[in-house]
Amino acid sequence: MMIAKTPLTAGSLTSGFTSKTTAIVVVVLFSLTLLASAANLWLSPDSPLYVSTYTITLLGKYLCYALLALAVDVVWGYCGVLSLGHAAFFALGGYGMGMYLMRQIGDRGVYGNPELPDFMVFLSWDSLPWYWLGMDQFWFAMVIALAVPGLLAFVFGWLAFRSRVTGVYLSIMTQALTYALMLAFFRNEMGFGGNNGLTDFKDILGFSLQSDTVRVALFAITALMLMLAYVLSHFIMSSRFGRVIVSIRDGEARARFMGYRTERFKVWLFVYSALLAAVAGALYVPQVGIINPGEFSPINSIEVVVWVALGGRGTLYGAIIGAVLVNYAKTRFTAIMPDGWLFALGALFVLVTVFLPKGIAGFIEQRVESLKKGASGSDRVQGSEGASA
Amino acid sequence: MTVLDTTREIFRRDQVWPFLAPEHSMVDVSHNMILYVEGLSVSFDGFKALNDLNLYVNDGELRCLIGANGAGKTTLMDVITGKTECDSGSVYFGQTINLLQRSEPEIAQLGIGRKFQKPSVFEAHTVFDNLELSLKADKGIWYTLRVKLNSADIDRIDSILDLIGLKEQRFMLAGALSHGQKQWLEIGMLLASDPRLLLIDEPVAGMTAQETERTAELLTSLAGDRTVIVVEHDMEFVRSIARTVTVLHQGSVLAEGTMDEVQNNRDVIEVYLGEESADARGEEIAAARGERA
Repeated sequence: MMIAKTPLTAGSLTSGFTSKTTAIVVVVLFSLTLLASAANLWLSPDSPLYVSTYTITLLGKYLCYALLALAVDVVWGYCGVLSLGHAAFFALGGYGMGMYLMRQIGDRGVYGNPELPDFMVFLSWDSLPWYWLGMDQFWFAMVIALAVPGLLAFVFGWLAFRSRVTGVYLSIMTQALTYALMLAFFRNEMGFGGNNGLTDFKDILGFSLQSDTVRVALFAITALMLMLAYVLSHFIMSSRFGRVIVSIRDGEARARFMGYRTERFKVWLFVYSALLAAVAGALYVPQVGIINPGEFSPINSIEVVVWVALGGRGTLYGAIIGAVLVNYAKTRFTAIMPDGWLFALGALFVLVTVFLPKGIAGFIEQRVESLKKGASGSDRVQGSEGASA
Repeated sequence: MTVLDTTREIFRRDQVWPFLAPEHSMVDVSHNMILYVEGLSVSFDGFKALNDLNLYVNDGELRCLIGANGAGKTTLMDVITGKTECDSGSVYFGQTINLLQRSEPEIAQLGIGRKFQKPSVFEAHTVFDNLELSLKADKGIWYTLRVKLNSADIDRIDSILDLIGLKEQRFMLAGALSHGQKQWLEIGMLLASDPRLLLIDEPVAGMTAQETERTAELLTSLAGDRTVIVVEHDMEFVRSIARTVTVLHQGSVLAEGTMDEVQNNRDVIEVYLGEESADARGEEIAAARGERA
């Protein structure tokens, strides 16, 4: 192949390919969001191109899952940290948003108490617990919704990575973390609504959650956050920091002997990933209208890993494709045969692992590569290989 | 009065507060000695990998460590680079820096580079990226997030690529290189980090005769500015580069001196060469004699 002389191509040959895909992802996401929103708002329900509000909410939910999958891909695909507890950060972010929405209900609840949410009246509490204070302020609730998962990820990551816990032990610990949180949130004394969780939301920032416009806006904001997270992750991963992260994945001891304090890099990335998951959770709750401890369940975290594996890990866009496709399949499949879904998911996982070891993204890259080979000889082989690695 | 004195002492303008003073990371080699290893003992489950080992290495020296398998060569390197904790003893880098108190990354940043026995390059990165990551630079998170390669770095990487003969392969993934090329890349990564002290574990394992020769040339040229410690089994190679050879046996130093001295040392013949067949030993000694003649 040609030896490039310019400094820019020298350091980041692989990012040449990925920055193109970043542009494609952003454009596709943006246009789909725009089209779907327009089709919902300005077309009459009789039109064949009309997108129902139900579909919009469903799409918004998929995009939240995609953001969660992106978060898992960042730590698993690039750093080799297989977290089986990312749903914990997702749910904590969701609870932060849920608490705000609960406070917005005000006296429109069943019991009509202007101060206390319904479940507290039901438990005959007479005042708000201290950790509910200030949650009626949107900005404060959002800060908490990010700070709590971020702090948890920091403490957990710091303890685990400093003690050099890796591999399957770390995965089991993350699984235990989310399980412990689930049990805790199931308890009524915790003050988060026990197993019913938080629900019956009325409005957000003064806008009714039932209106089509708000639904579309939430969907658009989710898409926007996904785009932002994608672009940010792309920049992080194509910086020298990102290359250090991949080095840690492939040889942590070696990276340490090169002078990188690998545990700090891992903690930083783990916190970043937890924050992405928390944002996804906070956007998820107003769209589905409920958050309960079931979101913490270990199976949820494992499902996210399956999405990423199906989509192709270590590619960012693979995570998005995986999350959207699997959840779409889930929606369709559970409508036809509710009990069969887990079998179908298992079969899908096995098939993809056997026939597409690099996931859907790996398959796409292979296609693109062979197309290019057909068109202009083989001088791009190195680039796409680098991107898929 | 005493308060006033203390205050004066605190605000003396000819001094820097201790917590503001830069930690001296420059190695102090005023006594011409870069590495002091004294009374070092390491045991794994009762097995003494190192047993009261003493080793002194001069600044700018090229030192070869030889010894049978299990003599403690790699363990010694592990202790120096912070990978293994020792039971007793001390390891000083220069006059002032106690290596036993530092972690692997800190030791690496002090300028101690290491090449492992089996090539351990990052296979998912290109040759160029491997070298870029090894460059002597700030290794912090915020720096690595922001940093852009400048032309000085690129020139440096280019010159190293020239030296290790991988110019053509610069954008190839390191995983696609041959074994010998990986060895070279790893040596290149070591050079990119611009270390004061290089610890090199079996550099010529799996190299062809020509590559071995080039490696020997390279290592000899490095000594002087840098200090090089090489562990190697290939006696021909050791003979071709070594000025001083240290023989380890069961975790302590058995003999030290030039290759000839070492080879005629009775103890060494007994424990090291004695393990080979009698014929081989005869040849070795004959060869050593022949060389001296």
